[in-house]
Amino acid sequence: MEKFITHTGTAVPLQRSNVDTDQIIPAVYLKRVTKSGFEDGLFGAWRNDPEFVLNKPEFAGATVLVAGVDFGTGSSREHAVWALQNYGFKVVLSSRFADIFRGNSQKAGLLTVVLPQEEIEKIWAAVESDPKTAITVSLEDKTVSYGSTTIPFVIDDYTRWRLMEGLDDIGLTMKNIDEVSVFEASRASFKPKTLPVLS
Amino acid sequence: MGKTLAEKIWADHTVRSVAGEPDLLYIDLHLLHEVTSPQAFDGLRLAGRTVRRTDLTIATEDHNTPTLNIDRPIADPVSKLQVDTLRANCKEFGVRLHSLGDLDQGVVHVVGPQLGVTQPGMTIVCGDSHTSTHGAFGALAFGIGTSEVEHVLATQTLPLIRPKTMAINVEGKLKPGVTSKDIILAIIAKIGTGGGQGYVLEYRGEAIRNLSMEGRMTVCNMSIEAGARAGLIAPDETTFNYVKNKAHAPKGAEWDAAMAYWKTLFSDADAKFDREITINADDLAPFVTWGTNPGQGLPLNSNVPNPADISDPEERGAAERALTYMGLTAGTPLKAIKVDTIFLGSCTNGRIEDLRAAAEVLKGKKVSGTVRMLVVPGSARVRLEAEAEGLDKVFLDAGAEWRNAGCSMCLGMNPDQLAPGERSASTSNRNFEGRQGKGGRTHLVSPLVAAATAIRGTLSSPADL
Ligand code: SF4
Repeated sequence: MEKFITHTGTAVPLQRSNVDTDQIIPAVYLKRVTKSGFEDGLFGAWRNDPEFVLNKPEFAGATVLVAGVDFGTGSSREHAVWALQNYGFKVVLSSRFADIFRGNSQKAGLLTVVLPQEEIEKIWAAVESDPKTAITVSLEDKTVSYGSTTIPFVIDDYTRWRLMEGLDDIGLTMKNIDEVSVFEASRASFKPKTLPVLS
Repeated sequence: MGKTLAEKIWADHTVRSVAGEPDLLYIDLHLLHEVTSPQAFDGLRLAGRTVRRTDLTIATEDHNTPTLNIDRPIADPVSKLQVDTLRANCKEFGVRLHSLGDLDQGVVHVVGPQLGVTQPGMTIVCGDSHTSTHGAFGALAFGIGTSEVEHVLATQTLPLIRPKTMAINVEGKLKPGVTSKDIILAIIAKIGTGGGQGYVLEYRGEAIRNLSMEGRMTVCNMSIEAGARAGLIAPDETTFNYVKNKAHAPKGAEWDAAMAYWKTLFSDADAKFDREITINADDLAPFVTWGTNPGQGLPLNSNVPNPADISDPEERGAAERALTYMGLTAGTPLKAIKVDTIFLGSCTNGRIEDLRAAAEVLKGKKVSGTVRMLVVPGSARVRLEAEAEGLDKVFLDAGAEWRNAGCSMCLGMNPDQLAPGERSASTSNRNFEGRQGKGGRTHLVSPLVAAATAIRGTLSSPADL
């Protein structure tokens, strides 16, 4: 997982509430056998609409998704997070996230930042009037800033530390991998191995 | 204070334990199949990681595999892609795989025990909720998600919060015709599909001790249906004898060392469980589900329940919905329910003993003209064993279909599915809406009830023949 210290990029205003994971990545796209390549299915049902905000050329290349309230409700599919990341998003801002989606995103290294709804609306307005507005999200300072505005946000210390270190659960365990090796060295020799046996 | 069996195994596998963090648990055996592993392998690839212990990892193909024409390419392209992906991943990462056509291909939870890689005192995981099956050997075995599969592949460990423990004592002796499937269906009906949530269940008592390994696996298999991630049974002579001559069992001095350890694997007399319940085996009768979750079950002699009699409003609503889906009327005797299809198989009841029990009932008899019966051995080896005993002839003579190994109609990911509205008596573990095919209606039963039902065409036990 990449370390997340600070990120600056342009934003897409997704002015809808209750965007559930079925909308983020419809079930027909789940048959894929990879964790990558889900960008095609992102918001699949809406992508045919040229007016859909992601299709507007002025928002091409954006890396910050500014979403409405209750983003990521519905099923627990990890594919929703993968799809956003595959598309290129690094941060999602919203005034409220569904629990499971937030948990999944934090596992996978997609930063989800909770801001008051009025701040979300101000960002929407700023981005609508100038799509080139650069938004900086600093996990180090726990702030979101653009133009002359700086908004603080709250995140728990453990998650912040893990994301700043770029540690997914595997990365974290890897930090203690020597302890795993020590444990392995003392495992009983009668424990079975799966390698083929001659019999 | 003493420890429970689950606590002993947990302690013996704790690599790291720090306050405020989950424990890091070492995993002795990781089983893989085609459905939940592709993204995990892809994750390894993207991060440039390898499989840490290929010698503790083993894979088989089961969920998508056809049970007919297994020498031909898999017809469904999605199924084929998942199987092909597993094959490519196992090759790339050096994982042993039992492919279609191999003697040890079959349902992953049948294959582990038959190879002897499932042994007492182990930690065993698989991206499949019925991994609890392996608890029958006195192992701590549970299902995991795809991210966790990747974690185990990379590190051979998992960060986990320690579960609570529940003792389920099944005292007394089972009456003839009552089986391990009836025990577990009765337990789930008693504690509910959420009753085991957060617990490791330990099945104890005379009736459990008297079960064969196959019977114990049936009980542990369905722990997840009570909401528990794991269920286990302390190992004893039955366990040791079962493991003894399997290909991967310890040999010589290793066997002695293993036995010395295995004999310490029981809950201490003064161990304290967080919860304890007792069931009398003498009270049990053949059980069957009438609804759409495994907790909606009753003795076969009962009538379809009336939702109006259920006081809990949530449960009442669930019962009403279930009866509508199942196309059943309250008050109908369960034995009057006509079925279209019998499915004998799955990781719950697809082992040799299950096939023997059903064949014993079917011997010299015919499957009712209105019923189709699918017999799907849990693994290719079980199939061969059954053929060596002539069981295939019994099934074929009775008019049943004798298929190749796999999950098959347990979940209908392959072509073996119920048609909408079709009703089955199934020896599998889930009667969810659409589980065996869109619109299909499932009654969970034991192999004995499945066989008797096949003959009579209505839900029946051998005593009704
Ligand atoms: S037989 Fe059924 S329950 Fe068992 S692993 Fe296969 S699909 Fe899952």
